[in-house]
Amino acid sequence: MCSGKAKGRLKLWLGLLVMIVLTPLGLLASGTAWGEWGSDEIKSLVGFIPKGLQRFSDLWKAPLPDYSFKGWEGAPFLHSAFAYIASAVVGVAVVLGMTYLLGWLLAKSKENNG
Amino acid sequence: MHIPDGYLSPQTSGVLLAAMTPIWIRASQKVKRTLQARNVPLMALGAAFTFTIMMFNVPIPGGTTAHAVGGTLVAIALGPWAATIAVTIALVVQAIFFGDGGILAIGANCFNMAFVLPFVGYYVYKTIASRINPNPRYKWLAAGIGSYVGINAAALVAAIEFGIQPALFHTAQGVPLYSPYPLSVTIPAMTIPHLLVAGVVEAIVTAGVVAYLQRSGEPLFNQGRKQVDTARSVDTAAQS
Repeated sequence: MCSGKAKGRLKLWLGLLVMIVLTPLGLLASGTAWGEWGSDEIKSLVGFIPKGLQRFSDLWKAPLPDYSFKGWEGAPFLHSAFAYIASAVVGVAVVLGMTYLLGWLLAKSKENNG
Repeated sequence: MHIPDGYLSPQTSGVLLAAMTPIWIRASQKVKRTLQARNVPLMALGAAFTFTIMMFNVPIPGGTTAHAVGGTLVAIALGPWAATIAVTIALVVQAIFFGDGGILAIGANCFNMAFVLPFVGYYVYKTIASRINPNPRYKWLAAGIGSYVGINAAALVAAIEFGIQPALFHTAQGVPLYSPYPLSVTIPAMTIPHLLVAGVVEAIVTAGVVAYLQRSGEPLFNQGRKQVDTARSVDTAAQS
């Protein structure tokens, strides 16, 4: 029974791997999610860029903007699919690292506090 | 559902960050108490799963997109407080590395997707699974319904955050400073895609994985049962 559960968990990790490989399917949906437009898009929608929105919208420059490489906007599908998978690998690695670290810290402080 | 910077006033972002802070503290305390060391990999897997599933944009009629979140699934497997932490980690990485969701708006996005979503989803699931139909064979159905309600509750809360902006924050002439659309626009714009498409994806994925977890003998989170480290309970038994 224990080995069955371990096998079940292994399959969950494999499932995550398959999901990562399939992420480019998420690129096929065209358009921007509602309320997540860039400044240009909002200008074409409402005719102006709200002042506060303009002030804060470029506050942070992400290293992999929109799960792609800088300057790869409008690249052919295979290129953006590659960048999307690479982004998923980086993101999943960081998320796993952060969660393991936090889980380890919480487990450790539990030992200390009893 | 990832609100970018500039769409919410700094005041709105500040209030939601302030609301989120005690929730994060409580989540850490709760998880510290209930998390079994052997479940740390499962929590990491859950966080990575929500990160990845949010990359699957699905097309919405009208030319926009939406996506599932998976927060209710993590809550069903590991408890709603663990889900808050797992989804928060995914959202922080999305904002910092990929510019998906704002930095100032991180409190708002976590409130919607890491708090409202898993808690509403989990308690709807729990109510159905424990009161309406306690037969464990139908847990997948309760999970699907719970996750559907959870993601739609989060979309509604996000719509309210967007929609109150033009009335509260505008120039002397009444020109909006941040998100320009009123509630009458934001509520249908946010809720319809989630009611019709993203919520259905969320429900199918959640129901499917919960059915799989049950089949593979993975225990689902159970608030009633006291979760104790296996190693420690063995120790205690040896001492007594």
